[in-house]
Amino acid sequence: MDMGTMILILAGGSLATAALGLLAKGVDRKVTARLQWRVGPPLYQPVIDCVKLLGKETVMPEVARGTGFLMIPLFGLAGACLAATLLWAMNLQTRVGFVGDAIVVLYLLTIPAVTTILGAAASGSPHAAVGASREAKLLISYELPLTVALLTAVVHTGGSFQIGAIVEAQRAAGAVATSVSGLLAFGVAMLCIQAKLGLVPFDQAEAETELMAGVYTEYGGPPLAVIYLMRFMLLAALPILLITLFWGGVQVFGWAGLASVGKFAVLIVLITLIRNTNPRLRIDQSLRFFWYFVTPVALAALAAALLGRAWEVSWL
Amino acid sequence: MSWKMWSLKRSLFVYHVNTGACNNCDIEILELLTPAYDVERFGITLVGSPRHADVLAVTGICTRQAAPRLREIYQATPQPCVVLCIGTCALGQGIFADTYHAGRCVDEVIREVDPGAIIAYVPGCPPKPEAMILGVVKVWKKLDELAAAAKPAPQATPVVEAARQ
Repeated sequence: MDMGTMILILAGGSLATAALGLLAKGVDRKVTARLQWRVGPPLYQPVIDCVKLLGKETVMPEVARGTGFLMIPLFGLAGACLAATLLWAMNLQTRVGFVGDAIVVLYLLTIPAVTTILGAAASGSPHAAVGASREAKLLISYELPLTVALLTAVVHTGGSFQIGAIVEAQRAAGAVATSVSGLLAFGVAMLCIQAKLGLVPFDQAEAETELMAGVYTEYGGPPLAVIYLMRFMLLAALPILLITLFWGGVQVFGWAGLASVGKFAVLIVLITLIRNTNPRLRIDQSLRFFWYFVTPVALAALAAALLGRAWEVSWL
Repeated sequence: MSWKMWSLKRSLFVYHVNTGACNNCDIEILELLTPAYDVERFGITLVGSPRHADVLAVTGICTRQAAPRLREIYQATPQPCVVLCIGTCALGQGIFADTYHAGRCVDEVIREVDPGAIIAYVPGCPPKPEAMILGVVKVWKKLDELAAAAKPAPQATPVVEAARQ
């Protein structure tokens, strides 16, 4: 594959994910409004927000590290773009992958969180510093269960770390989530992506009632638009990751495509429901929750999947 | 109309600044987000940081302690931004005008920093949510005028004088 094709694929994947993410955020805000018995903003409100922020002034805080402060959101966006494009590519062309691309995608999906921490540290605001330390703690609490959940999917689908192989195995033998361990791992991954998206109950990093806007306190104007876009893209990419690993993969055409849209919508509404019906946890509570409850559940799912493979019990 | 103004009018992010209010106006501002009024229909949301904001909703008499903070918050807000003075206190300090801790009026403090600031006034103690929505509508009209004139000209409705009498 030459350079031009790769750039084209990257641009296409990123644009599709951005559009899907903006739509998902619109749905999220609309569903939130309906839950609170309100009418809510129009579906395209996130687009207007981003356009408006792009048209505003960039204010630099006096104490900020200028270059890092302004460049870091772009790195985060690049990470989200790459991860989303890889996911699309592996789903649509299951044979184009490389060995271990599932690990690469998981790694790329941590880049937005890491850049958020770095950007908050570069902004020089005490609110952002507290938010950054919370974001770091959240990162070390949810990464382990998410990885173990990924391993469960890998064990279920024949031990290959290629997303394409995982998707193909599911198309041949049914989704991972139809087994007991797969369902457990799916639930674990669902909680992890809630934390990865920084939504209630795991939004301690930008707890607006305690920390102003937390890690994003000092960002305004175009850099904030980039951060918003990064988060909207994650809102599209992470449900797609879940569908890919546990729920039969994403397809675009025909009835399977329609089913994929349905799956995506179900996950978005589920995320919105979780975020609207829960209070924010304290950071120590969420650390304890992920380490002492979610991680053992994920390990149990992995053990069940391994036993299921050893004894050849398909439902385990 | 330029795309900047078009999108600004449809997505006003509000940062709420309390410069020594009795919380009455603050409660009425929150009322705007409830199902009865639901200003999120027009893209208006409350944000946690002045860096994200387009509108500063200022309540309170602007005490001597609060004045420098208000000035800093206004400077931290990216342009174009609008100041919405809410309540009699924010307009002309009301019954607290002659007290020992009263600084200068909100609009005077802000005009010290930026003589061309766009300031809208919502009188009342506390103003009804409908009055605040009317204030936002006036802000929209002002933004339209500015977009039409293309050159920002500082003009504000002289409600302050009326409120002081």
